[in-house]
Amino acid sequence: MLEIRNLHAEIDGKPILKGVSLAVKPGEVAAIMGPNGSGKSTLSYVIAGKDEYEVTEGEVLLDGESLLGMDPDERAAKGLFLAFQYPLEIPGVATMTFLKAALNAQRKKRGEDEIAPADFIRSVNRAADKLGISREMLRRALNVGFSGGEKKRMEILQMALLEPRMCVLDETDSGLDIDALRIVAEGVNSLRAKNRAFLVITHYQRLLSHIVPDTVHVMADGRIAKSGGPELANELEAKGYADFAARPAA
Amino acid sequence: MPAVQETVDRVRAIDLDQYKWGFSTSIESEKAPKGLSEEVIRFISGKKGEPQWLLDWRFEALRRWRTLEEPNWARVHHPKIEYDELYYYAAPKKGGGPASLDEVDPELLKTFEKLGIPLKEQAVLAGVEGARVAVDAVFDSVSVATTYKEELAKAGVIFCSISEAVREHPDLVRKYLGSVVPVTDNFFATLNSAVFTDGSFVYVPKGVRCPMELSTYFRINEQNTGQFERTLIIADKGSYVSYLEGCTAPKRDENQLHAAVVELVALDDAEIKYSTVQNWFPGDKEGKGGIYNFVTKRGDCRGKNSKISWTQVETGSAITWKYPSCILRGDNSQGEFYSIAVSNGHQQVDSGTKMLHLGKNTVSRIISKGIAAGRSDNTYRGLVSAHRKAAGARNFTNCDSLLIGQECGAHTVPYIESKNATAVFEHEATTSKIAEDQLFYCTQRGLNEEEAVALIVNGFVKDVLQQLPMEFAVEAQKLIAVSLEGSVG
Ligand SMILES: Nc1ncnc2c1ncn2[C@@H]1O[C@H](COP(=O)(O)OP(=O)(O)OP(=O)(O)O)[C@@H](O)[C@H]1O
Ligand SMILES: [Mg+2]
Repeated sequence: MLEIRNLHAEIDGKPILKGVSLAVKPGEVAAIMGPNGSGKSTLSYVIAGKDEYEVTEGEVLLDGESLLGMDPDERAAKGLFLAFQYPLEIPGVATMTFLKAALNAQRKKRGEDEIAPADFIRSVNRAADKLGISREMLRRALNVGFSGGEKKRMEILQMALLEPRMCVLDETDSGLDIDALRIVAEGVNSLRAKNRAFLVITHYQRLLSHIVPDTVHVMADGRIAKSGGPELANELEAKGYADFAARPAA
Repeated sequence: MPAVQETVDRVRAIDLDQYKWGFSTSIESEKAPKGLSEEVIRFISGKKGEPQWLLDWRFEALRRWRTLEEPNWARVHHPKIEYDELYYYAAPKKGGGPASLDEVDPELLKTFEKLGIPLKEQAVLAGVEGARVAVDAVFDSVSVATTYKEELAKAGVIFCSISEAVREHPDLVRKYLGSVVPVTDNFFATLNSAVFTDGSFVYVPKGVRCPMELSTYFRINEQNTGQFERTLIIADKGSYVSYLEGCTAPKRDENQLHAAVVELVALDDAEIKYSTVQNWFPGDKEGKGGIYNFVTKRGDCRGKNSKISWTQVETGSAITWKYPSCILRGDNSQGEFYSIAVSNGHQQVDSGTKMLHLGKNTVSRIISKGIAAGRSDNTYRGLVSAHRKAAGARNFTNCDSLLIGQECGAHTVPYIESKNATAVFEHEATTSKIAEDQLFYCTQRGLNEEEAVALIVNGFVKDVLQQLPMEFAVEAQKLIAVSLEGSVG
């Protein structure tokens, strides 16, 4: 589903990604772990098309189609979703308004009709109930004054509503209390499907005991340093990243 | 009220320049000679069959105007205006004052149609419920069509052109004209007093709630013609009226001067709500050819417990110089100013308000939202003052500016004067930028950049949009989006 080949990217001339290669199959949940500053968020931004990163080499393919020439909104319409490590606030724009605008913008790009208002409200409410998000919160301006955990839940709500095929979650677990973590994990698990894949960036085994990954990748110094099964996460939890300390390129 | 909606669609449809209404009609027009003189004023006054007192009033204004200097304190710059090169009067030759729409020049109707102005009022003429907006359309300088007069007359409301009011209701005009904005008030108001050509007149009698929103569309059409509208609205004791004003103008090479005067008078317990959506030609990409909009708008809360609200959405003009103000004379009177000023390209906006607290326990509220994009300059200038006798006066001011891009500027210039120790004035101001990260967040969710900017901007101006009548608000929102097209990327 998602294929990343020898991806190099830099910001202000400073190389951050130094040859990332990674493939995620339909239905797969892949986890990425790795020390602070190793380039995990950068990878998620480059996949989603953030402007300030310059790709100097390599490819990112979604279902065989190159994403690199597309604007972020086109990528979104193709079914790519990024749950942000730090979701942004949109003052004065009610959450409901934002959700509807986003959903309809994607539908329009795919040549579909706008969603019927009643259907929209029903699906938002259903997703919100599952995630313990109150109606009152849906009326508030998006993310404004939301707690850290509420913002993360709101990311999952958006994901559920937009029904992307490729979901990238950047540290969605950080800042969550134990109950919220369980709720968010259930939210993700309920979206697991044969034709949908996840790339879950996290620092903690804790999340991966709720969302059991098929594969675990370790990122260090802008590359995938090691890949394995779920057991790799346990290993990292025990030993830390000492083995992957930045070392000169082979 | 689909006016703005249609205009928006039209703007979208004709994708030529930033401003897409560059056409002018070929209606023959009748002009006064160029320049400003006693003869020209006599000509204008004569054309309208005005009484001697008004002619004298105009002469007095001209005499005073010649002693005044153009003000230069606003943060706007423009080439010198050659007042002697302007025409001060132009009237469409046909349709000098038709009794009904059938008598209106079809060319003229076509122009309105091109603009999406529902002057033809298909809905209204067909008697469709909910389309009851009375339109007093001003084409260049002469009111050529008025609808819904009878319905209003039933309620006792007078809504007509000011020229007609001079003829039909001379006592009211004479009593109130210039009573809020005196002849000598300022350079542009004095000029207007000398040469004003037409505008609207509204009188709402005691205890009457005006049965519909009153609406006027302005349009500048004649080449090189300054537009000098004069509007006078009087709400008698215990009455209420809501008035909407909106405008567009065709493209021009030369800059066009517009110096209107609007006077509002609210007597005891009366309320006037005045809403403006202003969308004049802002100039081309180099900033050439836009409208110069120097307007004096002032409301007088003359009676106790009276209230005047100004709400404005400003998206047009090359230069805007405009400070709708309230004189809070009556005890317990209230003044409000809600403003959205959008500037893009090379536009210069210097706008704000004055709240003059004279009476006891007077309250004012100012919410100003400035949005600057492109290479534009956007200044809020506000004065709040409490007179010695204004015990218990209160003001709350909130001024927010939003910057889009790196080359625009936003400035806030608040003046506060209090001569009464019990007056309480609060002022809040913020300046923010649309962050790249915010845009990226929205685009990641599927909105394109323009949609994202529009959404963020709408969030920013929400408090003010809520003050507009519903239909107007929806359309103003779209107009703002259109004005900001091309401001990112
Ligand atoms: N705008 C920028 N300018 C310069 N360096 C940057 C910029 N953005 C990111 N970096 C650098 O890129 C590197 C990778 O950052 P990134 O945020 O991708 O790491 P991460 O793996 O997500 O870390 P964390 O686990 O702390 O979230 C860091 O060294 C960071 O300082
Ligand atoms: Mg990170």
